[in-house]
Amino acid sequence: MRAKGDSVQTAEPRHKRWHLLGPALSVLLIGSAAIAQTPEQAPDTIQERLLACAPCHGVIGEGTSNAYFPRLAGKPAGYLTNQLVAFRNGRRRYPPMNYLLEYLPEEYLAVMANYFAAQKPPLPAPVAPDTSPQMVKLGEQLIEKGDFNRGLPACMSCHGPNLTGMEPAIPGLLGLRASYISAQLGAWRYGTRTAKAPDCMQIVAGHLTEDDVKAVAAVLASRPAPAKLDPVPKGSYGLPFPCGSQPQ
Amino acid sequence: MRRIAILLGSCAMSLLAATGAYAQNKPADEALVEKGAYLARAGDCIACHTRPEGELFAGGRPMPTPFGTLYTSNITPDNETGIGKWSSDQFYAMMHTGRFPDGGLLYPAMPFGSYTKVTRQDSDAIFAFLRSIPAVKQPNRPHDLRFPYNNRSLILGWRTLYFSEGEYKPDPKQSDEWNRGAYLVEGLGHCAMCHTAINALGGSSESEAFQGGLIPMQNWYAPSLTSNKEAGLGEWSLQEITDYLKTGISPRGAVYGPMAEVVYNSLQYMTDADIRAMAVYLKSLGQGSPPGAARATVTSSESSLLLTLGKTIYDRECASCHGAQGLGKPPHYPPLAGNQSIQMSSAVNPIRMVLNGGFPPGTSGNPQPYGMPPFAQSLSDDEVAAVVTYIRTAWGNRGAAVSAREANALRASPLD
Ligand code: HEC
Ligand code: HEC
Ligand code: HEC
Ligand code: HEC
Ligand code: HEC
Repeated sequence: MRAKGDSVQTAEPRHKRWHLLGPALSVLLIGSAAIAQTPEQAPDTIQERLLACAPCHGVIGEGTSNAYFPRLAGKPAGYLTNQLVAFRNGRRRYPPMNYLLEYLPEEYLAVMANYFAAQKPPLPAPVAPDTSPQMVKLGEQLIEKGDFNRGLPACMSCHGPNLTGMEPAIPGLLGLRASYISAQLGAWRYGTRTAKAPDCMQIVAGHLTEDDVKAVAAVLASRPAPAKLDPVPKGSYGLPFPCGSQPQ
Repeated sequence: MRRIAILLGSCAMSLLAATGAYAQNKPADEALVEKGAYLARAGDCIACHTRPEGELFAGGRPMPTPFGTLYTSNITPDNETGIGKWSSDQFYAMMHTGRFPDGGLLYPAMPFGSYTKVTRQDSDAIFAFLRSIPAVKQPNRPHDLRFPYNNRSLILGWRTLYFSEGEYKPDPKQSDEWNRGAYLVEGLGHCAMCHTAINALGGSSESEAFQGGLIPMQNWYAPSLTSNKEAGLGEWSLQEITDYLKTGISPRGAVYGPMAEVVYNSLQYMTDADIRAMAVYLKSLGQGSPPGAARATVTSSESSLLLTLGKTIYDRECASCHGAQGLGKPPHYPPLAGNQSIQMSSAVNPIRMVLNGGFPPGTSGNPQPYGMPPFAQSLSDDEVAAVVTYIRTAWGNRGAAVSAREANALRASPLD
């Protein structure tokens, strides 16, 4: 049950070899002085418990230099919980994460989500779009106005006028890199990422062409952070159509 | 079968919640159903017979084997697609003999080789429990096995070699506690399904029971529970064993890999008395002395290069949790010095831990476990080999070196 089209797998340095180490290699024993210290205790904090997430997401979920590993900090807690449950149950696929979460109870996943939701590091610097001006116009159009003729609501109609998301379960779209955004939209189109039914993002992504995806991803990644990054409170505005993950 | 993770809604959880004290002041059937629910936990039926986000016990969970994929059965009381028409006699016959009501043979992926030890009384309790759960209409998905394994008559050969029918016979020379532990470990616990070298179609022979083996399709090594050179528990205290089995962590080591599924879905729900009984029995199985010295077969210049690199990586990446001297911060960060589980002749488990990281299972005794990060994305094969070689040989550990090729091969292991 490996993820289809999981481009991230190639991030692993699978074929590197260092010929010095042959299979028959064995080893001399290091002298073993008797050890007589009392072992330390691990600090009793959530941050310490979640160091397993840090190499990919950063210690407080601020993100790392790897463009594909998403930032977690400040996203709505309900949204993050939904993602963790989806990974644990295999409904959203990224094998290294599916594996880590497999035998963790939902209450703990919610604790993890609350921890990352409460962190407020600044967003990474926006990246100027590397597409044509027409593409930028298309992206802005879809994000702010949608496309009435294609039945496509504006991204802002759900993700908020400042694109900072809405409590409890609609994420902001700022501070994400273009490659991550297009991979997510692709995953919805190919069915490897699903959210609770009715899965409104699947409907939205299903209406987007390859060009639309490129355009919105580039424009979103280029937007500077607004003064206030927090998601707006639940019920601040109505959604154009229902989303299973966002109870109205 | 590692992805036997289970996701149950909270109502299913409470339905199954094990209660230590069944049978008291309850109407007879209610007490029987509760006892059955507890025994079904001990047998971990849920791990195989429920899909993630699927209906409770409606089956359909894929079990990859070297011969193709098996799909588990719907064991809800639905008349058409489940076992609604079975009698308790037929259910007992299936558990005891590995045969369907029509006489047909079950694949031993259903661990009847262990369940045959279950008493008639306990079998009836499990059956009563299975009759009490909601019926789900979901037809069984046909198995997808390659020729010739799709021919069930082949199971006869396996049965002749590996299956011996019969309820557990208490050993009068041992205590009641020991016998209870043996009954659970050898019977419902089906621990031998993994902790024994696997033969064709997943068979494990009686004489080799608990001797350890590589689990096919999963690339994990289930260590021997009889040799103190591996996971034999002769040197562990009873408290350490019960902590390990019930909470998933202990001062000696943490539960990881496929063993996490067993603790998560089954062992954490066992009563303290039953866990202790299992510990008493397991401790008595441990034979022989702890690991002796590994033979050094390379020149000292080669091995010192390997160890220099390994130590550099260890100090940079691992020492913050496992300690510069490998003492760990027990129980959350397991000690690596003197840890049997990383010195076994098979290096599969420590290599996979470094590649994939992990969390011990979240249990009522340890609801918010500490995690270990994966290193597959940041260390090369040579670096993985060097650091694993280092932890297998530093601080007086007696394991042998591992090669970059072994590390590379395990990168492709399924993570589910
Ligand atoms: C090996 C790198 C890696 C590790 C370790 C890792 N993650 Fe992730 N995580 C990812 C990647 C890559 C994605 C995006 C996956 C996708 O959908 O394609 C992701 C996605 C997520 C998301 C969804 C983010 C969103 O905006 O939708 C959450 C939440 C998350 N991870 C939490 C965690 C937690 C908590 C841990 C530690 C227990 C963790 N991750 C460990 C790589 C990792
Ligand atoms: C009808 C409401 C709705 C509309 C319109 C909508 N979204 Fe979403 N979007 C959601 C919801 C709800 C989620 C969270 C889904 C989940 O729980 O996985 C989401 C999630 C996302 C994510 C995942 C974020 C992450 O961190 O992984 C991306 C990317 C996204 N939307 C992009 C877009 C874009 C681009 C548009 C416009 C073309 C858009 N959305 C329009 C409701 C909407
Ligand atoms: C390791 C996985 C595994 C575990 C654990 C397991 N089963 Fe099964 N079970 C299977 C498989 C696979 C089959 C299908 C066998 C076949 O088709 O020959 C099966 C078949 C069955 C059947 C036959 C149903 C039918 O009509 O096909 C029953 C009844 C059953 N199991 C009950 C149980 C009970 C009760 C438990 C717990 C005490 C249990 N199983 C634990 C894997 C498992
Ligand atoms: C699904 C396969 C599987 C089953 C079933 C299983 N185990 Fe394990 N077990 C493993 C693997 C793999 C390891 C090595 C990983 C580890 O040490 O956590 C292991 C490790 C252990 C250890 C660790 C000893 C040490 O020295 O670290 C003990 C004790 C143990 N198992 C007992 C049991 C008992 C008792 C049962 C039955 C109730 C059982 N196992 C059932 C796969 C399994
Ligand atoms: C952030 C803390 C942390 C770091 C860093 C870390 N580990 Fe671990 N390690 C753990 C935890 C927690 C476990 C238990 C994981 C489990 O049960 O799945 C563990 C388990 C292990 C085990 C299995 C031992 C047992 O009996 O459970 C090995 C082997 C291991 N680590 C080796 C390493 C090596 C080698 C490194 C460096 C490359 C490393 N670890 C880095 C926290 C850490």
